[in-house]
Amino acid sequence: MSNFSVGFRPVGQVHVLDLKGELDAHTASELEAAIQKCQADEHYQIVVNGANLQYISSAGLGVFMAYIEELRERGGDIKIAALQPKVYNVFDLLGFPMLFDIVDTEEEALSRFETNGQRIL
Amino acid sequence: MTRSVYTKSFPSSTRHLEEVRRFVEMCCQEARLSADTVEQFKLAVDEACTNVIKHAYKGDGGRSIDVAVIFEPDRCIIRIRDEGQRFRPSEYRSPDLMESVRQRRAGGFGVQIMRRLMDQVEYRTKGRINEVCLTKFLGGDNGCNGNRSR
Repeated sequence: MSNFSVGFRPVGQVHVLDLKGELDAHTASELEAAIQKCQADEHYQIVVNGANLQYISSAGLGVFMAYIEELRERGGDIKIAALQPKVYNVFDLLGFPMLFDIVDTEEEALSRFETNGQRIL
Repeated sequence: MTRSVYTKSFPSSTRHLEEVRRFVEMCCQEARLSADTVEQFKLAVDEACTNVIKHAYKGDGGRSIDVAVIFEPDRCIIRIRDEGQRFRPSEYRSPDLMESVRQRRAGGFGVQIMRRLMDQVEYRTKGRINEVCLTKFLGGDNGCNGNRSR
């Protein structure tokens, strides 16, 4: 049984994905499936809530890399919120804050969608 | 001061990556390495093992990955061994994040992560056996209060 799960939670037009557990090469496909489901349902505004995300490797980061452009082209985005410091450090290691909207709280991420609804970059 | 070595073999499947991380975590915590250092080793070893699974063994889950956690007075070395296809570091080109995003391409960042987290990353091949050694020098922020359990 995998030590990772993705919860779906709609908040208005935004879909919040609650990540729980450890995101590695074995579990990354579950995150990918979740994002693909959002796309299939034409939900392109996604907030990833990482409050319960305990670990991420480059395989997990790769899922974000693979889908962000497509979502932004459709007027959406992936905003990443509430990362634990040890997990944020891994995003930071590869320079993610330069290209991705990473914020402290889910509320801030949601408000950024309300503000412009467009991609930041 | 004594040298301590902990070894364990794992099947070459990504479903065992969590187990690998737990093993590394247990060894490093027993040696009282700092929380940051433990996380760095967990990630670097995960990346190394993932590369073995994907590239050395081409996804064959029936092979073996041998992990050794070696504590010496001034350093911790984690050695990962496989008997698959050899990795040639000279042929590795570190990908660019922006370019990868533009091309919607994931992957290729494992070696970069290892090199950024570790003080040394060394690749060797001896006969059929490939190994990567991930080293952090202890002391200062890496400490290790200087006490090891064994």
